[in-house]
Amino acid sequence: MTERLKEIYGSVPVIGWLIGMLVAVVTESAFGAGLAYALYLPKVPALLGLTVVLKQPSMFPAAILYVFLIYALPIFFAAGLTAPWANRMAAAMEALPLWLSAILHLGVLYLVLHLWTDMSDYRLQISKLTMIAVMLTLSINVINGYMGEFSCSHPGFMALGAYASSTFSLVLFRQDRLFGAPILPEFLGPYMFPLGLLLGGVAASLGALVVAIPSFRTRGDYLAIISLAFMFIVKSVFENLEVLGGPRGMGGQPHWATLPAVFIGMAVCIVVINNFVNSTMGKALNAVRDNETAAEAMTVNTRRTKMTAFMFGAFWAGVAGGLYAHELRYVNPSSFGIQSLAEILAMVYFGGLNSVVGSVVGALSIQMLSEALRPLELFKWIIIPLLLILVMIFRPTGLIAFRELNVKRTLGPRVRKSGG
Amino acid sequence: MALLEVSNMTHYFGGLRAVDSYSLAIDPGEIRGLIGPNGAGKTTVFNLITGIHVPSEGRVSLNGRSLIGLRPHRIAALGLGRTFQNMLLWRHMTVLEHVKLAHYSQISYGLMSAFLGSRKLSREEIRIEENALRLLEIFDVAHYADQIVTNLPYGAQRRVEMARAMAIRPKVLLLDEPTAGMTTEEMIQMIGIVRRLHEQFKVAILLIEHRLKFVMELCGRIQTLVFGEVIAEGTPYDIKNNPKVIEAYLGREDIT
Repeated sequence: MTERLKEIYGSVPVIGWLIGMLVAVVTESAFGAGLAYALYLPKVPALLGLTVVLKQPSMFPAAILYVFLIYALPIFFAAGLTAPWANRMAAAMEALPLWLSAILHLGVLYLVLHLWTDMSDYRLQISKLTMIAVMLTLSINVINGYMGEFSCSHPGFMALGAYASSTFSLVLFRQDRLFGAPILPEFLGPYMFPLGLLLGGVAASLGALVVAIPSFRTRGDYLAIISLAFMFIVKSVFENLEVLGGPRGMGGQPHWATLPAVFIGMAVCIVVINNFVNSTMGKALNAVRDNETAAEAMTVNTRRTKMTAFMFGAFWAGVAGGLYAHELRYVNPSSFGIQSLAEILAMVYFGGLNSVVGSVVGALSIQMLSEALRPLELFKWIIIPLLLILVMIFRPTGLIAFRELNVKRTLGPRVRKSGG
Repeated sequence: MALLEVSNMTHYFGGLRAVDSYSLAIDPGEIRGLIGPNGAGKTTVFNLITGIHVPSEGRVSLNGRSLIGLRPHRIAALGLGRTFQNMLLWRHMTVLEHVKLAHYSQISYGLMSAFLGSRKLSREEIRIEENALRLLEIFDVAHYADQIVTNLPYGAQRRVEMARAMAIRPKVLLLDEPTAGMTTEEMIQMIGIVRRLHEQFKVAILLIEHRLKFVMELCGRIQTLVFGEVIAEGTPYDIKNNPKVIEAYLGREDIT
């Protein structure tokens, strides 16, 4: 029996699973509310029933049943049933250029996400924050994983990005208590938003330059201390800049971090970072990590490599910070402190160093866990670190470490010949 | 003019004179040896030539171009390849990645291409990969291409390191104890490998060795370094019979 299941589900390509998920979310939007009512649930379980586990344990069985009926059953049913068809589709898409096939897959994934988040605002916000967390985790992985430096300045980079892009949109497009009347008409705003994010990224990269230069001289513990100091410097600078709201922060950013904006941001981030780390130029980061002397002797410009990695990682942290600011529509210096650092580090070390998939898994699981444990309040920060300690003991480099993501092979069909 | 020319190179580590007016001139296609007891300063000579340390005094030039003050990666890209005594391999990388990465200075695409995965990038990556595979073939490690380098047997790791050094297209190859930790049999095999790469790539070689048989077999001329000073220079035969060399290796024996 299990053999047979393995055979069926081992042959489902990525597009097959996406179709399954699409069927599940369509089922949910059609029958979700009704089923929740029938099961005496107050509303549709927002995050696969994770949030009710601790909050209302008595509803747990109903939530499980809901998840089984709405998600598990349709996904497995549809994926299994359409497997031969999905394989043919995957084979057809393999003939297309890789970027086109990737865009088609991402399109379906977006559709799934869109329908799913349409059901509840809570879901929507958590999804967006999770995608931002994916960007942060991936960008810190470039520095801490691929290049193997222990950098602690990521919240600082994120703050630079958040403040820069917030200033951009508030000065140009909003009537605001800090900056007064807008300069440009507001309808232009959403189109200029990518520019604002870019500005945030560039601001963060410039900050990274400040950390990168001492990193030529130091490694390991010393760099960790320097970068930690940088994070605190950034935080106190923003606390003391009354122009940017000081400790009270900045509010009223326009609501431009919509689901498609965040999704596109994350997708571009993943693609660009994956391209880079798989190129020979990006592999230089690994060589610098594993042995800098040898890297230098093999013609690698290690200084430039380190600088690039720092600025590149910081750039994406800045973009993520910009999205974060426009999602919460409020930033203040204390959101970019040590707790934020702890969360980012937990995600990257839990998910796995030197791995794009690991970063996605890490960000997703820590974020979900943190939502599920929310009723525990402060104790959440006992359980998550404990889990992290366990991972460090049993898998010191994280869950999915040192694995390359080969997009072509991942998206390809699982069964070469049809029939048989 | 010689290909690699070192003249009166002196280096101090604090108050210690590690290398004392060392001079060397290698012509294209030559194989030279550098021997000496432990701590004589042989590896320091390599580190000075390749730019890891900057010599306190003296000149180093490759093809007439001064190397003093250049960063190691520039010196390497000018055509100075090397291996290390303790094989500085990258422990998380595969064999193929090692050799591909040593093409770093020859990469023609820019950072933007690397980010966006342009067509230029994929063409260049294919070219580099083909070249790397060819080198792995020559050093007889092609069947390990996708393995993590630390999983390889010791001798194969040595050969990977040499393939990596050859990928930078060196004019002069510096080999730092290529037979360290090898059995006699492996050493004899290594003689064949060095000879073959010398013929195939027409590269000049400077090698450090402890094992006299290896040096005697390969080198046209040998220098003996003791406490940072060259005490003898000549053909293998001269060196073998030079009383100063015998003394440095075996100590003096007063026969009464």
